[in-house]
Parts: sequence; structure tokens; C-alpha cells
Amino acid sequence: MSGSTRISQTNTSLLHQPWFLFAVMAALLAFTGFAQSWLFALTIVQLCMISAIMALGVNIQWGYAGLFNAGTMGFAALGGVAAILVAADPVPEAWSAGGAGIALSALVIGATIATVIVVRAKLGGLVRLIATALVLIIGYLLFTYYFGPATSAIEAVNPSRTGYLGGMGISILFGWLVGGLLAAGAAWIIGKIAIGLRSDYLAIATLGIAEIILAVIKNEDWLTRGVKNVTGLPRPVPREVDLQTDPAFISLAQSLGMEPIALSSIAVKLAYISLFAIVLIALVYLSEKALYSPWGRMMRAIRDRPDAAEAMGKDVKRRHLQVFVLGSAICGIAGAMLVTLDGQFTPGSYQPLRFTFLVWVMVIVGGSGNNMGSVLGGFLIWFVWVQSESAGFALMDALSGLLAEDSPIRGNLTEAAPHLRPVLMGLILILALRFAPRGLIPER
Amino acid sequence: MHEFANAFVLFSNFVLIPSITYGSQLAIGALGITLVFSILRFANFAHGDTMAFGTMIAIFCTWGLQAVGFSLGPLPVALVALPVAIAVTVGLVLGTDKIIYRFYRDKKVDPIILVMASVGVMFMMNGLVRIFIGVGEVSFADGSRFIIRAREFREMTGLDEGLALRTTQVITVVVAVVVMGALFWFLQKTRTGKSLRAFSDNEDLALLSGIKPERVVQITWIIAATLATIAGVLYGLDKGFRPFTYFQLLLPMFAAAILGGIGQPIGAVVGGFVIAFSEVSLTYAYRRVFEYLGPEGFEIEGLAQLIQTEYKFAISFMLLVIVLLVRPTGIFKGRVL
Repeated sequence: MSGSTRISQTNTSLLHQPWFLFAVMAALLAFTGFAQSWLFALTIVQLCMISAIMALGVNIQWGYAGLFNAGTMGFAALGGVAAILVAADPVPEAWSAGGAGIALSALVIGATIATVIVVRAKLGGLVRLIATALVLIIGYLLFTYYFGPATSAIEAVNPSRTGYLGGMGISILFGWLVGGLLAAGAAWIIGKIAIGLRSDYLAIATLGIAEIILAVIKNEDWLTRGVKNVTGLPRPVPREVDLQTDPAFISLAQSLGMEPIALSSIAVKLAYISLFAIVLIALVYLSEKALYSPWGRMMRAIRDRPDAAEAMGKDVKRRHLQVFVLGSAICGIAGAMLVTLDGQFTPGSYQPLRFTFLVWVMVIVGGSGNNMGSVLGGFLIWFVWVQSESAGFALMDALSGLLAEDSPIRGNLTEAAPHLRPVLMGLILILALRFAPRGLIPER
Repeated sequence: MHEFANAFVLFSNFVLIPSITYGSQLAIGALGITLVFSILRFANFAHGDTMAFGTMIAIFCTWGLQAVGFSLGPLPVALVALPVAIAVTVGLVLGTDKIIYRFYRDKKVDPIILVMASVGVMFMMNGLVRIFIGVGEVSFADGSRFIIRAREFREMTGLDEGLALRTTQVITVVVAVVVMGALFWFLQKTRTGKSLRAFSDNEDLALLSGIKPERVVQITWIIAATLATIAGVLYGLDKGFRPFTYFQLLLPMFAAAILGGIGQPIGAVVGGFVIAFSEVSLTYAYRRVFEYLGPEGFEIEGLAQLIQTEYKFAISFMLLVIVLLVRPTGIFKGRVL
């Protein structure tokens, strides 16, 4: 009896060794490289890294503090917006057409908020209520008076190519930082409202804020071009075509015995991967530092025994807000990186299943509370997500092979293949919660 | 007077009737959420996709019935399909409870783990619905489309504005009244309903007085699945069925439940109507209403629309935030959280 227990313990301890699990992950990726193509494997790695960063952000909220953020999608999208606002080419015509109007509208919003604060501080009772309402109504009318014409003017400037204010035209790498800051700002506002209530409420509130952020991004064409998408964002790494014509690069390719075209795509992907690796390693390092510092121990104490922590004089609400802002900022950074990698911003591509709940699966499967676990979860689940698409088609092909040629179900099966993925992810999440709630690399 | 009547008809046609219909649908959905919350103590993220699943079964039955030439005359066939859809959905939901939720209940885990498990269930249901019926829009409302047509109404009353009343709108309201009446009767008058309320109010005391917890939980799931299917079918009949819209209904339904006071059935109903009326009335363009009400020749530039239609999610969210800030227990003092 005790012998068998010991054996199973040694078994699990090997399976719970981070190095072993990461080695398995590397083997999976290497196998993809050999069996499918190296370019494909590198593409997966790029997104694995971004996923790992998002998972780190969610892990800081859920793993460190037990906060359920169901709005990761919104923060990632805000990061993407930051990338455009920083890196896209500025549109001076749009600025001269509507810049003043936008500035005035912003001024009106600021003045309205300031007046409301003053009114609420100085007045009391019914007068206060009426005055607040009055200020809000006047502010709103004044705002629409400036805002409507300004946005129409901006959107009228060469609508097929610009029709928005554009960005600042500086390096998109700076946008990663701004993405983090923008997401942090949004998280601060939402956290102020929803933190301190029951954990389900935070989940519902963040679910809502994510939908709203997406609605704003899709509809405020003057800022983000909306569903017309922003394409051709500047890249932080050289373009493949430039490399292919670069004599030094061609001679390098010849010395490696490779085609310049093939080498150029691999080189560009490796360049992105190294940029992402810098961010990932820095974030893992900082997260680990934070987790094993007095601050991290305090956070875990608050998570496990909020009442006791409060009795010890810890400001639970404030700490939760802090950790919520930090985690969301990381999701914002990941969102900006994703837009950088794509070179375009497509608001239509943000789906809660892909950007919120998939990240949750990564954190739970990887091991909530453990940063290395989140990184592993990010890699593994993204890998499964990508590979399950082709596997789904293969499965459906095999199934329809069993059917008659003219069976109407055949077409349906192939059409249904992409929807196997959410089923699989749900299954993984449920199985992980049930049988391995501590994840692949449990919290130490 | 004539002008005033025109303005009122316009308002009824585009704000009042749609928000009553939508409000009924939200209310039935929110009732399911609030019941699960008050008995099982977690926010069920899978509720929207349960609605989609139930609706899908109703659509398949409708197709089957239509194929054999069955018709209800002016009423949609889906009404006959509804009981079948409810039975299948109840079966599915009881199955998920047995396989998934029960384990955590027995272990008395933190409710947030249940929320997360419900996210897993949501994923799976979402995928299954898309596999079986696809992602396109399905319209399954048959029978006669209108009870009152806009043109007939104009001819009848001699007004400039027409009022259209669709069959699905009337069905929605009638079914909603029946369902809510039955539910409140059940909760207030029957022994089982009382045991549900007792369990929700004080679990330990309910256990002491001999109420079987597993039975209470099962009945809750049965009611929740029934309500979800009805809400889903009514919404689908009214607005057409698209799987992803049901996920998007989650936010207004949660907002309705919290606004009314979570765990309070009457709160869910009131909350549903408040959310629906706010959503419709704030996004409606009042230009023509004002032009009727204003003096002769009065014209308004622009649409006189407070909030763009694209931001209707923001409205339920804003109401949710206001409630959380001003009165976290909701209108009808729900569970203090």
C-alpha cells in the first residue's frame, strides 16, 4: 500500500518537474518542425510567447490574488489600440480638420467631471442631485456639439485610406509600453468600481467592460478606423523583401546553403521571437521576484485568508486593485505585441473565446499561482489550439469517408470541424479543474 | 391631439412594444440565472449557451414537424416543439450537474471554481451548438407574421404613423406572463417551492428541517433549463437565431439579475424590463417624435438619439455599475454580497 503510494509519488514528481515538462513542450514543437514545417513551428512559437505573456498577466490576478478577470480580451484590444496610436503614420489633414474639435470635446468632458465633483462637494440634498443632473446634461450636449462635427470631419479625410487621426509615427516597440499603460488605466477605473464586491461580480463587470471596449474600438472610426482595420503598421524588424535584396544577407544565405527567400522568412520570425523573448523573460523574472518578495507573500495571504490579512492591517481592497491593474497591464502589453506581429489591427478578430477564456485555460492547465506554469500553459494550450484545427479537419474527413459520397452530412461535417476546438478547450478546462486543479506545475 | 397621437404611436411602435418584448425575454433568462445563483451560489456563465442549445433543439423539432406538414395556423410550430426542447435541455443540464458541478458541491469549493467550471461548460455547449446547426442565422418563425400591420393600422385610425404588432411579440408576452405566474405560484404556494426558498435563505437551517439538498438542486436545474429554453426560443422567434448572440445576452441578463437584487425572482423580472427599456429607449432616434410634439414646422437637425445603437451593451453595463455603486443589493434587496 505504502509502496505503491511512493511509486506514484515519484511518478508525479517527474511529471511535475518543470524542466521535464518544458522539454516535452520543446519536443512537441521540434516534432512539428520536422513533420510539418519549421516555418509553421516558428509561427506557433511566436504566438505561444504572446499567449504565455497574457497567461502571466491573468496568473498575477487569479493565481496571486484570486481575482477572476473575464475581460482579458478588452485589455488586449486596448494594447492593440496603443500600438496603432503610437506607430501608425500621423494624418495631418485629419488633425487640422477635427483635431481642435476633439480637443474641445475632451476639455468639455474634463470640465464636466470637475464641475460634478465640485457640485457634489459643495451642495447637499435635493439641490445636489438636480445640480449634478443639470451639469451632466449640459456637459453632454456641449460634448456632442463639438464631438459630432469633429469626428465627421476626420472620417471624411480620405476615408478609403485614412479617415482617422493616425498615430504618432514612432517605433511600435514604444507602443508595447503605452499598451500596458492604457490597459492599466482602464483596469484602474473598472477595478475602482468592481473590486471589493464578490468575486463573481468582478467577472461579470470585466466581461461587460471587454464588450464595451470592443464596441468603442469598432465604432469610433476617427480613432481606430473601426472595422475598416488599420493595416501596414511599421515593423520593428526588417521586411523579408528588404533582406532578400540585401547583398550581405544573400551571401549569408549562400554560406548556409539556403535559399535567400526561405532564410529571410525564418530570419524575420526569429527576430520577432527574440524581441518577444526579451519581454517574456523580463516579465517572468519580475513576476517571480514579486511573488517571492514580502509583497508576494502578502498577496497570497490575502488570497487564502482575506479576513486574517485584513486583521493584520493589510488593505485588501487596495492590494486587489493593485494586482488587477498590474495583470491587466501585462495583458495590454501582450495585445500590443500581437498587433505588432500581425502588422495590422482588426477589431473583428477579437473573440471572447479566443482572447479571454482560452487564456484562462492556459493558466488553469499550467498551474495557477505559478509563473512557470503559466508560461508552460500558454505554450501548450496555444500549441493544442493550433494543432487541433488541422486535427479537427482530419477527423471530420475520416468520419465523412465512412459516409456515402452524396450524403448531405458530409458537407456539414467539414463545416463543423473548426467548432470542435471550443468543445476540446471546454473539455480540457473541465478535466483540468477536476483532476488537476493545481495544474501541471503547481504553486510552490 | 392628432399630432400627439402620432407621436405616441411612433413611440409605442419603436420603443414601448419592442422593449416589453425584449424585457420579457431578458426577464425569463435572468430568472434562471438568479435561481441558480440563489440555490447553487454561483454565477452560471453557461446560461446563455444553454439558451442557445435549447433553441437549437426547438429548431430541429420545428423542422421535423414542418417536414411532415404540421402547422399551427397563425401560430409558429416552435410552440409545439418547445416541450420537447425543454425536456432535452433539462436532460443535458441535469447531466452536466451530475458529471461536473456535483463534484465541486460535495467538496464545498469556493464558488468561483464553479463559475470557472461553468465557463468550461459554456465552451462545450457553444461548440456543440455550432457543430450541429452552424453559425449562420436561422429563422424558424412560421405562421402569420403580423397581428396588426402598419398599413392596416393607418387605414383604421387615420393616423400618419403605423403600428405593427408581430405575432412573436404577442406570443412572447403571453408566454412570459404564464411562465412567471407559474413560477411565482410554484415558489410561494407549493411545498417544493417553499423548500427551495428555505434552502436559498439559510442552507443549514433547511438541511436541519429535513430538506434534501440534492433534490433542491435538481429542481433548480430543471427550472433553470426550462426558463433558459423558453427565453431562448422566444428570443429566437422574435429576432432570429444566431448562436453567438446568446453569449452576448449574458451581460444584460446578469445586469438584470443584479439590478433587481440577485437571488430575488421578482427582482430579475423588474431588472429585465428596466434593462430592456433603457436599452431600447436610449438608443432610439427621437427626431420624428419630437417633430410631432413640437410646434408646426418644427424640425430637428440630427437624429435626437442619446446613444448609438452599437453601444447598447454599454447601457446594461452602466446600469450595472450604477447599481453596484449606489445600492449593491439591487432594487429588491438581494443577497448582500
